[in-house]
Parts: sequence; structure tokens; C-alpha cells
Amino acid sequence: MNFTNFGRYILLLKSVFRKPEKMKIYLKEIAKQMDYVGVGSLGLIAIISTFIGAVMTLQIAFQLVSDFIPKTIIGSVNRDSSILELSPTISAIVLAGKIGSAISSEIGSMRVTEQIDALEIMGINAPGYLILPKIISGITMVPMLVIISMFLSITGGYIGGSVSGAVTPAEYMQGITTDFNPYTITVALVKAFVFGFIITSVPAYEGFYVRGGALEVSQASTRAVVISCISILACDYIVTQLLL
Amino acid sequence: MIEIKDIHKSFSGNEVLKGISGKFEEGVTNLIIGGSGSGKTTLLKCMVGLHQPDSGSVLYDGRDFTPMTYEQRIEVRKEIGMLFQGSALFDSMTVEENIMFPLNMFTDQSRKEKLERVDFCLERVNLAGKNKLFPAELSGGMKKRVGIARAISMNPKYLFCDEPNSGLDPKTSIVIDELIKEITEEYKTTTIVVTHDMNSVMGIGDYILFLHEGKKFWEGSNKEIAHTDIQELNDFVFASRFMKAAKDKF
Repeated sequence: MNFTNFGRYILLLKSVFRKPEKMKIYLKEIAKQMDYVGVGSLGLIAIISTFIGAVMTLQIAFQLVSDFIPKTIIGSVNRDSSILELSPTISAIVLAGKIGSAISSEIGSMRVTEQIDALEIMGINAPGYLILPKIISGITMVPMLVIISMFLSITGGYIGGSVSGAVTPAEYMQGITTDFNPYTITVALVKAFVFGFIITSVPAYEGFYVRGGALEVSQASTRAVVISCISILACDYIVTQLLL
Repeated sequence: MIEIKDIHKSFSGNEVLKGISGKFEEGVTNLIIGGSGSGKTTLLKCMVGLHQPDSGSVLYDGRDFTPMTYEQRIEVRKEIGMLFQGSALFDSMTVEENIMFPLNMFTDQSRKEKLERVDFCLERVNLAGKNKLFPAELSGGMKKRVGIARAISMNPKYLFCDEPNSGLDPKTSIVIDELIKEITEEYKTTTIVVTHDMNSVMGIGDYILFLHEGKKFWEGSNKEIAHTDIQELNDFVFASRFMKAAKDKF
């Protein structure tokens, strides 16, 4: 995003947070979006997290060649990596692809078929009605998905370690319960909150200002995913730097 | 009544509207006609606030729309109904939900009252019983009629129609034109139709404003249009062989 786009993004957000015309309708829309973002992404996040956890265990075990390092460390490293980085960031990048492109193409299609103009002519705040429910669902459901992802990633590590014999279940359990710092969960949830905002607001911006037809909608969708992913990685660094 | 005064609009240095003025009375069908690129859709969008004119004013019964704040505009827009070129129905909603949408947003009517209003609007456009269909299940003409039903659901004082006949067969076009005229006369709405369909011009054009290259070239009624000696207007109206032959006979 260059500065002009960033300015337009901020102005769009200002319109998004205007007072809703009728709260009841917005709440209905928020519930619908929460179902789509949260429940609709649960399967994908579960599969990805479980496999990442399992692969992590195998790779940590492969790199621990010294007999002086206890195998319980595999569980500890897997736990901290999953909580601090893999669950929030990988989940966010996957969700940017799944939800971000859907948001961008949905709003973009509404723009090119004049449905957004129709909302505005009716006297409805189109950015608020279309984008606010998506942002609220993003900032609430992404942290919940990340919590599930953390649990499944650690469980995946347990299964992977046990099946391959890289670490015994007892050693792994001892590893994940030793020296646990609950603050890492706070850091992960702050990241998830920020990522949830990015995943929904950036694609909404790209879709809202589409001009043209089907080709431009698909280009906006691609751009939305790319910008979301870069923003997620940049914010990941900033949040980590600020909180750790 | 809607009055426009000296509307100018440019896009990236290209002046699309060059000082257009006109008066659109209520209870009559007002047409804005002109060739492709003449600026008629831009003028319509300036009138409803989708584009901000560079200069000039749009008066809704004496209320100047152009300098209004967002909140003031919302109040005027609640009095506006609009039929879009592609109908602009919400894909994810049924016909009933589309028509009920503005009622849900801006009224405190009970569900029963809203359903009665939906049924009334659908009956008015001859689509009774089509409540549960989705836009994808409708033909082009039906979509336009649902668009009209949605536009009149809030009893608008001002009705705008952007190319209501585009993509329709001649018979369906006449049905849509007649429906617009009937609604205008019945509810005394100030109706403005942007079109380049000559059947519409001859059939329902009580007041016609002809645009050419961003300027107002002519205004009058469908009875007067055949007798003008303005070259640009004659080139536009009698472009087809059929219309030329009809004029010669007339």
C-alpha cells in the first residue's frame, strides 16, 4: 500500500465505525460472519495445526543429536514455538488466503454489480454494513481459532513423537509442562487480535474500491491476500518486539 | 420537483458535464437521453450523490443536496428509490428479503406489516408469489421488476431509473416503461429515467433532456422531438432506418 492507499484505508475505517443504522440487523450479520470465519475455518485450522505440530516434533528430535540435552526439551520447544509463532502466524496466513480472498471478491463483486451503490442510495452506510461485521468476526474468531490451533499443534506433536518413536509420551508430557510461562499465551492472543483485524479489513478495502469487472475483482482478491500476508508478517515482528 | 443548476463534473481533467441545468417536475416521466459517453449516467450519479459535482447544485424540492452533510444526505436518500441498470439486487437475499431490506433498516413495522408491504409491491409489478426466489433464478425482466418493487417499497418521492430497458426484449421493455409511467402518475413521484431507447422516448417521454458531449442540447416532450431541426438530436433519434422511415411517413 502506498501512502494514498493508506490514507483511503484509514478514511474507509472511519466510515466503518460510524453508528449503525439498526443494531439488530448488524448483530444478525455479525453472527453470520462469525459462523463463516470461525466455524467455517475450524476444519482447515485443525488439520494444518495438527500436522505442523507433528512435523515440528520430528524436526526438533532430528536436530537434537547431543546426548547431553534431555529429550523433554522437544516438548518445551514445540510448545513455545506453537504458542508464540506457529499457531498465530501460520493460522493467520492460511486464513488470509481463505477468508481474505472471499471477503475481497464478495465486496468487489458487489461493487461492480452496483449493489454497494444501491445500499448508499437507500441511505445505508455501506462500509459499516458490509465491513464492520467482518472486522468484529475477525477480531473475535481468529483468537479463538488460534487457541484451538495451539492445543492441536501441541497434541499433534504428542501424536507425531509417539508414532515415530522420536520422543516417548512421558518425556513429551514432561517437556510441555515444565517451565511454562503463561505470558506467551497473552502475546499470542494479542497477535491473533491484530491479525484478525488485518485479515478482514485489508481485503475489505481492496474489494470496496474495485473499479471495472471480473478481471479487476480477481486482481483485487490476489492483491488483498498478498498485502494481508506481508502486513501479518510485519505486525508479527512489531508485536513480538514490543511484547517480548 | 428536482432542479439541477449548472452542473460541472470532470474526471482526471476530462470534462464530462459542462454546465447542465434543468427542472424535473413531479408526476411526469422525465427522460435524460443521449448517446454513449454523453454524460447521462454521470449526471444521474451527480444527482443522487454517488458522484460529487465539481460545481453546481441539485435541489430536491428546494433543498440543496450538494453541500449537505452525511447525516442530512441520509435523510434525503430515504426519499429516493432507484432502479439500476443491472438491477443491483442483493444476490444472497431472496426477492422478499431484497424488498424488505430498506423496511428492516428504516422502519419499526412488525414483520406482518412488512410482509404485507412486500406482497403489495410484488403485486404492483406483477410478480405476486415470487417472494422466495433468489435473483439468480429470475429473468432479466423479472429482475428489473423486483428492482422497481424494492425502489417503491419505502414510498419514494423521487424515483431514478438508470437504463431500465438495457438487455431486455422490446416487449418486456414496454412492460417496464409502462410500469414506470403508471407508478409515476399513481404516486406523483418525480421520476427521472436515463435511457437511449427510442421506444421509451416516444412512449413515456413527458419531458426529455437531450445531452450531447456533456452539454444540454435540447429539452421538450416526445411530441416535439420529431419536429426539431437540431442536427445532433436528429442524428441520435433517427439513427435507425426504421425511425427514419417513420419520420418520413409522419
